[in-house]
Amino acid sequence: MTNHDATDAAPPSSTDGEWPLWEVFITPGDGRPHEHAGSLHAVDAEHALENARDVYARRNEGIGIWVVPSSAITASTPEDVGSFFDPANDKVYRHPQFYKSPRGVKVF
Amino acid sequence: MRPDPLHSAPEDATRLAQFEARVARGESIEPKDWMPERYRKQLIRMMSQHAHSEIVGMLPEGNWITRAPSLRRKLGLLAKVQDEAGHGLYIYCGTETLGVDRHELIGQLLAGTAKYSSIFNYPTLTWADIGAIGWLVDGAAIVNQTMLAKASYGPYKRAMIRICKEENFHKRQGYEIMMVLAGGTAAQHAMAQDALNRWWWPSIMMFGPHDAASSNSEELTRWGIKRKSNDELRQRFINLTVAQAQAIALTIPDPELRYNEETENWDFGEIDWDEFWRVVKGDGPCNRERLAARRKAHADGEWVRAAAVAHADKERVRLRESGAA
Repeated sequence: MTNHDATDAAPPSSTDGEWPLWEVFITPGDGRPHEHAGSLHAVDAEHALENARDVYARRNEGIGIWVVPSSAITASTPEDVGSFFDPANDKVYRHPQFYKSPRGVKVF
Repeated sequence: MRPDPLHSAPEDATRLAQFEARVARGESIEPKDWMPERYRKQLIRMMSQHAHSEIVGMLPEGNWITRAPSLRRKLGLLAKVQDEAGHGLYIYCGTETLGVDRHELIGQLLAGTAKYSSIFNYPTLTWADIGAIGWLVDGAAIVNQTMLAKASYGPYKRAMIRICKEENFHKRQGYEIMMVLAGGTAAQHAMAQDALNRWWWPSIMMFGPHDAASSNSEELTRWGIKRKSNDELRQRFINLTVAQAQAIALTIPDPELRYNEETENWDFGEIDWDEFWRVVKGDGPCNRERLAARRKAHADGEWVRAAAVAHADKERVRLRESGAA
């Protein structure tokens, strides 16, 4: 169950310092995707999974949990949001409303 | 995930105007977005005090876990106290997105330099106090947190939404304890009334000073962290609570409490602000005891933290060796 590959990515520090930060994703089941629930500190992946269960799933919130070292996440930046998402802005032909169909005909 | 304060761009008027426009449009401010340094500082102050309150808040109730009058009550109280620990963790992690370490915040709490809600500096003398805390203290917290669940800062808002969902049970279990005691023998009713007498005024102090005396309110409101004033929230809590007290035949200890037909609010007597400031400044009945208990718990937990690190180190070596073999 534990993804041990992630353990190497986040070596624990001494007890004086802070343990590595992990991001927690939970799926409630029903085929729905894992969603970000929050973050927590833990020494390794297994510890992070157990903490995630106790901190974020005390009331059957999920049937599956992912924990990911926060340092392993690459995110887009707010500064670049304009240029980064620009390619999607002018492509109306990707939407069904762009296309005509005869009046009165139900296409879907 | 964490912003680097050293590399945040200088605050200029344009960015501030853009930021305030976003807040006014009701957009969520997220950790990597530009924000005024004051906004960051105010949030760190407010969120860390909130997180500390959840952690210290476990102490007055933890006091009664071993003495709960039935297994049902014990299970409920244990679950509630465990929730408070979870709530502290959600908010600490939310605070960390602002570029401060939880480790540092906990250090401030243990050093006695951080503030937490004054309500937890009052003692829990009888079992009825556990009822009064759930009903009044969690009830007041829900009124405040329901507002904060609309705060402009995304991580704070999301933590509050989660917490509000969980805390409804805290209030219900407290009110049930009060209901059962109030409907019991004369001695049990008296115990419930005594708890209400002692917790009422500190509970309505939880909303903080009057608006005119609240130095942070203007800024917090302008930036959408708070959406209602201390006095508005306090009034809302009192309006909700009066009917609940009447329904279980308990009397709110305020001779000036009366319904105002014109404003449709319950008018109430003046709060003892000297007491409020005395407790805030560290001279409440249990300030020293709470801090000593936190320090002891932290020191007693040191071996657990050390063991977790040692186990993780050992596992890493074992995996590496089995991988090499």
